[in-house]
Amino acid sequence: MATFNLKINGETKEIDVDPSTPMLWVLRDHIKLVGTKYGCGIAQCGACTIHLGDNAVRSCQLPVSAVGEQEITTIEGLSENGDHPVQKAWLEIDVPQCGYCQAGQIMTASALLKRNPHPSDTEIETAMNGNICRCGTYTRIKTAVKTAAES
Amino acid sequence: MASIKTKIGRRAFIKNTSLASGGLVLGFSILNSCKPKDVEKIAVREMPKEWFEINAYLKIGDNGLVTIQCPNPEFGQGVMTSMPMIVADELDIIWEDVLVEQAPFNAEKYGWQFTGGSQGIRRRWEGLRMAGATARHMLKQAAANAWQVPVGEIETTEGVLAHKTSGKSAGYAEMAAAAAQLEVPEEVTLKEVKNFTIIGHSKKDVETQKIITGKPLFGIDYQYEGALIAMAVHPPAFGLKLKSFDDSNVRSMPGIVDVFQINTLTDDMTRGYFDTNAFTDLVAIVGKSTWEVMNAKKQLQAEWEPITDYNFKMDRFGTEVEVTVPKGLESTDGHYAQMTEMASKPGTVARKDGNPEAVFKNAAKVIERSYSCPFLAHNCMEPMNFFANVTDTDAHLAGPLQAPALAETTLSTRLGLPAEKIDIEMTRMGGGFGRRAYAHYAIEAALISKQAKSPVKLVYTREDDMTFGIYRPSYHATYRAALDENNNLVAFHVKAGGVPETPLFANRFPAGAVDNYLAEQWEINSNITIGAFRAPRSNFMAGVEQAFLDEVAEAADKDPIDFRLELLERAKNNPVGENNDYEPDRLAGVLKLAREKSNWANSAPGAHRGVSAYFCHNSYAAHVLDIVMDGETPKVNNVVCAIDCGIVVNPDAASNMAEGAIIDGVGNAMYGSLTFKDGRTEQTNFDTYKMIRHNEAPKNIEVHFVKNEIDPTGLGEPPFPPVMGALANALYKATGRRHYHQPFLGKKEILG
Ligand code: FES
Ligand code: FES
Repeated sequence: MATFNLKINGETKEIDVDPSTPMLWVLRDHIKLVGTKYGCGIAQCGACTIHLGDNAVRSCQLPVSAVGEQEITTIEGLSENGDHPVQKAWLEIDVPQCGYCQAGQIMTASALLKRNPHPSDTEIETAMNGNICRCGTYTRIKTAVKTAAES
Repeated sequence: MASIKTKIGRRAFIKNTSLASGGLVLGFSILNSCKPKDVEKIAVREMPKEWFEINAYLKIGDNGLVTIQCPNPEFGQGVMTSMPMIVADELDIIWEDVLVEQAPFNAEKYGWQFTGGSQGIRRRWEGLRMAGATARHMLKQAAANAWQVPVGEIETTEGVLAHKTSGKSAGYAEMAAAAAQLEVPEEVTLKEVKNFTIIGHSKKDVETQKIITGKPLFGIDYQYEGALIAMAVHPPAFGLKLKSFDDSNVRSMPGIVDVFQINTLTDDMTRGYFDTNAFTDLVAIVGKSTWEVMNAKKQLQAEWEPITDYNFKMDRFGTEVEVTVPKGLESTDGHYAQMTEMASKPGTVARKDGNPEAVFKNAAKVIERSYSCPFLAHNCMEPMNFFANVTDTDAHLAGPLQAPALAETTLSTRLGLPAEKIDIEMTRMGGGFGRRAYAHYAIEAALISKQAKSPVKLVYTREDDMTFGIYRPSYHATYRAALDENNNLVAFHVKAGGVPETPLFANRFPAGAVDNYLAEQWEINSNITIGAFRAPRSNFMAGVEQAFLDEVAEAADKDPIDFRLELLERAKNNPVGENNDYEPDRLAGVLKLAREKSNWANSAPGAHRGVSAYFCHNSYAAHVLDIVMDGETPKVNNVVCAIDCGIVVNPDAASNMAEGAIIDGVGNAMYGSLTFKDGRTEQTNFDTYKMIRHNEAPKNIEVHFVKNEIDPTGLGEPPFPPVMGALANALYKATGRRHYHQPFLGKKEILG
């Protein structure tokens, strides 16, 4: 066990966990932020995607000990009122079906748009390829990413 | 105008006038139907001080807000929006005044609360309309009483009651208290389809806002003070069972609270049809956090031993049957060898018209092809999980279930508690696809909670989820077609089977369209557990039948759509046999619509087209699918889909589901495969089980619905099965190669 002071969604949280604990479980079990989802645990599905600084990372493969001073943003902290351009586009296109993968999709998409505000179709596909959607909302996701890019 | 007796489901309309407490001020969004640019304007509307419950489905607040209950569990098919839309339309209110809640599980009030078989809207259509219409009638009656005028002279518009001659009017809220005291009418008049103001008009999903902001909605998100995390260790292979375990190294691991064995189904009990379960003896590990329990689970030392053949009793919806499970460690190679052998022998005849043997003998041309598909895992993105808090006197459970009523029966038996002491909360499901109709994980959670004497949340790892599956079976089908010298289809033969069930539908197209027809089937028993997977059996038969017909059309030198339409014309005008279970006109209808919308004769340059059409789950779907070659790689560029599922309640959401079905179909046909070696699945997570990803999904999908006034039929499943056929046919055009065995592309590089 060790104590960590984590910067999550603009707040500092102190937690006492095993240093090997992945951020996914720190968020879900210890900080009770359950918007970040577990899908595979091996960096294959993208359901657990969060931002570490400006980068989209798979929180299931990110031990808490590796976070240090870096800012963490989760789906709950992406915007104050759920009005980030990507969230608005998701609403306009009404992307979700079951919705389970969508937090991860949105976190990957918002990181993509931050570093590349006008991605091509291929760039969208490449960036989003690590996020599985079992319900098959891929065409809507792509439309929504483009909508967000235009806004 | 249709009048409807309210007798059926009347119990749900019996009023409960006790008022829900009000006075809360909740920030709730009226985003249900508004444009995203309005997102900023998240309305904070005052919640009513009082709610008047008119019936089990709806209550009206003193400020005009209406809460509508969605009776069925939600797994992404959009019922939380579409079902309340039906109630709201008959109630005659504006959608912006509607709040939606997931109804509690209560069979007495809400009947069969089941998500599956594409039956939700179809079965609820009448009852939901009645819920809205009876409430509207009672509000009118209350106004008539207050104003001393005949009820027939009162009209409603968007939540307002009005009496023309006297000029009196009132909002629903003003009459709600009085209406709640009235008798439920014996009969009510329903709206005419042309007067629908909400049904048929796209509304945004009522939960999207919560989903995109990460609100706890799913079973796995369930929070309960003091709940422990549990995981269960199951045998590593089908055909093995628990012999013993040693938990000494695990008990002392950090965060671990308890380790013990549970037995989900006892040997002597009669199992329900959905109690499918190969692994009834499990080792439960209970601890303080998911990560700690996961780590302990990896360290648990367990010994396994082979099962022997065993029998159990099963209640097959009222009939008790004896089921035999064979011993053995099965492998995919063995399955295919067995299937090939079975296919070479005569099967059990399910239907025979005319004299197929003789006609085949004298045919000008005979085409024979065999097809197969592997097992598939459901791979719902949210792994199986359940919360349970079981005490000596009652049980409270919460989690993702498609059929809570079925779980309740088994829970009652295993916990020794009467059903009324078991409370099941239906959470949103992170996908279902049939998998969550099999509730063993809820039973496991309950038994673990009971033994641990603590509230627990049982969580499956992805590996648990994939290796403890209730899979789509592996199937095989052989088709033969006989053409005469004029290229007419004169005989048709299908022989189909699988491990462990047959996928055959003997009375579906082209049965009824061919004079000489033979359908046979066979089965190979197995200890691998199988169950419903989006459009069970159809998900194989549609694709292979439609791929075969494509080849027959080619051999007959006919356009594939014309060829199908000719057969359907025959089935309509002069059907063979009596039990044909499809309407030829509606099947032809979707083909024609897809032909028109895809501009069939003029495909885009470089595009290779395939077509298919199928009937299942009471609905009809046709696809025209275009492939373009990207070097050596075929890419699905465009899919035009036509569906006849009767009245469409929420068109944009319906399109979303059809798009998903098409992507799911392309994914499973191209890549989906679960293989076995010595009883073990060779795939255990998404690094080895290939799921379709963004860059493999069709670039564009267009969904068209046949417009008619037929009561709604199914939608979740029907667009899924035929995709495999359209894909196979387009692949042939693109590559010159026919594909007979799924997955078409085999295992590709897995991307992370
Ligand atoms: S849970 Fe982290 S990528 Fe799947
Ligand atoms: S919406 Fe269900 S997994 Fe993506």
